[in-house]
Amino acid sequence: MTRRRQYLTPRRMFLVLFTAALIAFPLVVKQGSLHRLMILVFLYALLGEAWNILGGFTGQVSLGHAVYFGVGAYTSTLLLVKLGITPWVGMLAGGLVATILSQIIGYPCFRLRGHYFVIATIVLAELVQILFINWKWAGGAIGISLPLLPESWLNFEFNSSKLPYYYISLSLLATVVGATYLIVKSKAGFYFRAIKEDSDAARSLGINITGYKMLAMAISAFFTGVGGVFYAQFVLYVSPDNVLQFSLSTLAMLIPVLGGIGLLWGPVLGAFILIPMSEFTRIYLSGAGSAIDLVVYGLLIVLVAVFEPRGLLALPDRLRRGGRAR
Amino acid sequence: MPELSILPQMVLSGMLIGFIYALVSVGLTLIYGVMDIVNFAHGEFLMLAMYVAFWLYALIGLDPLLSLPVSVLALFVVGVLTYKLVIQRVLHAPMSAQIFATFGLMVLLQNGAQFLWSPDYHLIQEPLLAGRVEFLGLYAGKPQLFAAVGALLTTGIVYWFIERTETGRALQAVAEDREAAALMGVNSDRTFALAWGIGAACVGVAGALLANYYYIFPTVGTVFVLVAFVAVALGGFGSVPGALLAGVIIGIVEVLAGLFIGPAYKEVIVYILYMVVVLIRPQGLLGEW
Amino acid sequence: MNQLQVSGLTKRFGGLTANLNIDVTVGDGEIVGLIGPNGAGKTTLFNCVAGIYRPEAGRVVFEGRDVTGWPPEKICRAGVARTFQIVKSFGQMTVLENVMVGAFLHNARSAAARATAMEVLEFTGLAEKQGMLARNLTIADKKRLELTRALATGPKFMMLDEAMAGLTPKETQEAVELIQALHDRGITILLVEHVMEVVMPISDRIVVLEYGQKIAEGEPAQIARDERVIKAYLGVEYRASS
Repeated sequence: MTRRRQYLTPRRMFLVLFTAALIAFPLVVKQGSLHRLMILVFLYALLGEAWNILGGFTGQVSLGHAVYFGVGAYTSTLLLVKLGITPWVGMLAGGLVATILSQIIGYPCFRLRGHYFVIATIVLAELVQILFINWKWAGGAIGISLPLLPESWLNFEFNSSKLPYYYISLSLLATVVGATYLIVKSKAGFYFRAIKEDSDAARSLGINITGYKMLAMAISAFFTGVGGVFYAQFVLYVSPDNVLQFSLSTLAMLIPVLGGIGLLWGPVLGAFILIPMSEFTRIYLSGAGSAIDLVVYGLLIVLVAVFEPRGLLALPDRLRRGGRAR
Repeated sequence: MPELSILPQMVLSGMLIGFIYALVSVGLTLIYGVMDIVNFAHGEFLMLAMYVAFWLYALIGLDPLLSLPVSVLALFVVGVLTYKLVIQRVLHAPMSAQIFATFGLMVLLQNGAQFLWSPDYHLIQEPLLAGRVEFLGLYAGKPQLFAAVGALLTTGIVYWFIERTETGRALQAVAEDREAAALMGVNSDRTFALAWGIGAACVGVAGALLANYYYIFPTVGTVFVLVAFVAVALGGFGSVPGALLAGVIIGIVEVLAGLFIGPAYKEVIVYILYMVVVLIRPQGLLGEW
Repeated sequence: MNQLQVSGLTKRFGGLTANLNIDVTVGDGEIVGLIGPNGAGKTTLFNCVAGIYRPEAGRVVFEGRDVTGWPPEKICRAGVARTFQIVKSFGQMTVLENVMVGAFLHNARSAAARATAMEVLEFTGLAEKQGMLARNLTIADKKRLELTRALATGPKFMMLDEAMAGLTPKETQEAVELIQALHDRGITILLVEHVMEVVMPISDRIVVLEYGQKIAEGEPAQIARDERVIKAYLGVEYRASS
């Protein structure tokens, strides 16, 4: 009886139904604007999941993650525009370049602790943005518009319908969530969490904390870069203002913090709450510079930080009495 | 290669803005020194002060010179309120929660300002303080000069307060050892509230002074707060004289970088400076208190 | 050959000399107790061996290798495990997960790490609590967990920093039994301890520090009668049981 219970837990059933619903969604709901909304939800959930690996599980709060998103986007775009290389290869390249950049940034930053580290991530991201603004070859402040190519999977451009983008972004999100799940159960995942809990104790158990922080950073940056490539292909435009901006770094952090930092599904929950709310306010409270959604974000973050720093997904746990297994 | 003859003029401009940077940083370093919390919303406090000055001017024609006390008082209240409503509740939470709290506040205030008052840039058109002065062949705008002097004076007052008054010494005591201070009868809760109040008031002064000549817009705080982070790290977290020295250094470095490398790269130099300082000399120039 | 050899160790903090010219040896399989009044420099010595501090002078040699100044993770990989005076459990992780972190040192796969962790948990008696969150344990259990976790790294040498502090007499007795069990397993033990009634009976040898220097060394019975030691602990009377 226990055997059967193990495979069909309520949780698993919910996940299966949820995934099925997401897959069926565009076939049932035909409104293009809602497809677009879901695509953004998936993209930002991906961004949040990627951030979570470094910030949630390993405890290294980066407020400069936009830099990996942007570098990914620029890499694939430049490869496409200058060398005609398909964005699929560009996606791999974008992820890799973002990873390499993350190691360059991580090397000095991880020698810093606490606030110094957080501020350093902000400062370095700003620095990269300024460099791109002044880099004429890469479009400078104006950025680069991607060429309108014939619609095809090879070209990674689809005009007649948003469906391919929908399923691509959903697949990417599923991949990142799956990867995170595998990581969390692995030696690296245990080591990441140990570093977050108590790095001195971790060292006494033989863990090379800088090495593992760099690893977490690499994985996080890779997926963030991939997300950037998708975004570039989706909006067909990259510029320092739409792929390297500080508000993107903010969102990358906000989504996991709201939904559940250090929890596998936290960022997904966070994105499902934040993005629709953002679009809603943008449409219905227009004319206010769309800032109201960020006002609400800010307020939510303060509330989460004050009342449940572990995020919304941790609330049910809190309602249970302590001492029992999860 | 620009003419070297304009160098002294540039250095003077750098110094003048540097004193403002210093005052903004003093507020930040005070809060950090007393309670180990970095106020990510510090730039937004500055922005609020500037808007207070602006609205008083736009709505009732009160010159920023005269509305300065209002700005200062308003910001003092904002600081204390922030402490009571938010910070007090995350005092014992992990550092990440503290970061999220002030960061969330920053997002809230910055976008709240944009929502309420639009992203438009405002400028006080006819302040009482206008025109330039000349001294030894160098020019300085009267508002800039007044702001710099005001900033220097305020920094001096804060420093005097910390070193010479009993309340100020209590602040130092709590900064050094909270428990020991409590044993001596120092109420750390009130001390923290005071630190936030004064820290915000410093920025209140800076904002009111800046309003005389600087553009006022919702994200104006970001410009200054990043510089403040660098100045606090450079001067030494918790050191008021350090913040003063660092602020002026950054002001000058920024101007010189703009001159010799290019205006686009002004900030890059400051950011590189931050990385160099925290990696090579994390305690900054003047260390703790 | 001595498993651990500390020679001429000196550690300074600014103007304060915490350890001066200390020599300590520990033989394979011994239990050595490190005692001394508060502020004598026991934890500093401990931390110098464990890699937290780098000494100004002197050498630490473990199994013939000079490990002076090695970082803590390298020292652990060399076979030295330690516990902390103020317990450092991974609070948000379960008891089993805590120990698995230790077990991963010599196991790459989760299944193997889990098996090693379970074996060690059985040995130290915490197996039934494997699913509890570490932060919900009692102090005694947290200390036991920390020891279990350190043991999971497969050490040849264990350093225990005030393992008995804050325990009830019953808990202390259980801790002593655990240390004996570790000893029987062949693990060398160096312990820093304040509780005399514990450290004297179980140690093969005692090293006494005072004001940063070694003032005595020998068998517990000798130490208990040593004049300098008694003076150092002025006011505390301890008589070796006859």
